[in-house]
Amino acid sequence: MIQYLVHDKQDTVGVAVVDVKAGQTLEGRDLSTNGKLSAKSLMDIPLGHKIALRDFQVGDTIIKYGCDIGKVVKPIKAGEHVHIHNLKTKRWA
Amino acid sequence: MASKDRTVLAYRRENGRVGVRNHVIILPVDDISNSCAEMVAGSIKGTLALPHAYGRLQFGEDLELFFRTMIGTGSNPNVAAVVVIGIEPGWTQRIVDGIAKTGKPVAGFSIEGKGDIRTASEASYKAKEFVQWASELQRTECKLSELYISVKCGESDTTTGLSSCPTVGNVIDKHCASGGMASFGETSELTGAEHIVKSKAANKEVEAKFTAMFDDYTKLVFDQKTSDLSESQPTKGNIAGGLTTIEEKALGNVEKLGKKTKFIDALKPAEAPARGPGLYFMDTSSAAAEAVTLWAASGAVIHLFPTGQGNVIGNPIEPVIKLSGNPKTCATMAEHIDLDVSAILRGEQTLDQAGDALLDLIVRTANGRLTAAEALGHREFVMTKLYRSA
Repeated sequence: MIQYLVHDKQDTVGVAVVDVKAGQTLEGRDLSTNGKLSAKSLMDIPLGHKIALRDFQVGDTIIKYGCDIGKVVKPIKAGEHVHIHNLKTKRWA
Repeated sequence: MASKDRTVLAYRRENGRVGVRNHVIILPVDDISNSCAEMVAGSIKGTLALPHAYGRLQFGEDLELFFRTMIGTGSNPNVAAVVVIGIEPGWTQRIVDGIAKTGKPVAGFSIEGKGDIRTASEASYKAKEFVQWASELQRTECKLSELYISVKCGESDTTTGLSSCPTVGNVIDKHCASGGMASFGETSELTGAEHIVKSKAANKEVEAKFTAMFDDYTKLVFDQKTSDLSESQPTKGNIAGGLTTIEEKALGNVEKLGKKTKFIDALKPAEAPARGPGLYFMDTSSAAAEAVTLWAASGAVIHLFPTGQGNVIGNPIEPVIKLSGNPKTCATMAEHIDLDVSAILRGEQTLDQAGDALLDLIVRTANGRLTAAEALGHREFVMTKLYRSA
């Protein structure tokens, strides 16, 4: 069963397509290549929310759809939940 | 069957345009004429009043947009005939004359010197005549490609970018390739994906026209904002659904534009497309009811509305077809969702299959099937106002 999807092979986050629990080994799919992926969740991640696919430092850019979706404002580890607590827009600021 | 060969049973209007509904509307010119318009609609069955909040002391570009919205709404091919009611005869007649250019029946009435009751009485005789005439109009076979379709999403989340928006994009590619007309907009919600939109402009002139509108809207947001808008864009609903930034929201949004189609013009709000078949950008708000009202006024006859967290919007004259790929929303708000595309998230449906399913639903809706929003009585008619009245 697919538990997360990735839009583009350059993406550094995936999207949970089911409610994910901490500690699960997840099966993913890259929509641009249809290739299978795998990741481990460190936190509960609700359906539709993002999972980090690598570690990030403050100031890093997160890529989704192969594009810049904002800057990291708190360090993030691979497998953690990425949302408004650690990712901010670069626009309208 | 190839999209270009598909047909629908629809209403061909006097000017050759194709509509999928047969409304007789009672159109108030201004806020203070709503009561009289509703009196007429209450008396004559099968008519529909479109009350709204504006139409007094507007001026300049805001007034031009007001007239474009009023005349465009009456001129929409989903409307068979129109009774216009205003407080005074001048602006009432200007709207009547604008709608009359389509060749459809239209009559105006003004309240000053008579009062609501006598005006409603006179207007009711005309409304009864129009509705009985319209009830005898027959649907005829028209090409699916003759339908002008508008697209906009709402209460989006990450599932819209994965499933419902690219499903609409698949339909846009098929519809425009078969000679159809379509329009997208949501100017401020393109922030973060404007480079993708610019790359889809048919030529440099169209790109420059879009860029000027986008920069103008961005300037307005900057001039009025009191924060980084992180509580407005993305909305609370977007954030609950997992969207974090405006860039991420915009990149999901532009999935609706399809993969192959270029847009051939950038329209002002409520402006009717004038360059023939193809995809058009329209400068609109991203608020659902305001934006769909603008598209209906530009002549669009069916709206495609992807939603993630579950927006419930409808429009009085333009059927709004909702689709969602969020399995929770499809379960908890099923009465609002016309098409469930959550199988895409499970890897059990391709975008091409979902696009074909949406085309089938467009045909059924055009043939007369009521959308969820129509069955639930959603008739949001919300005019866009550019600035304060004089």
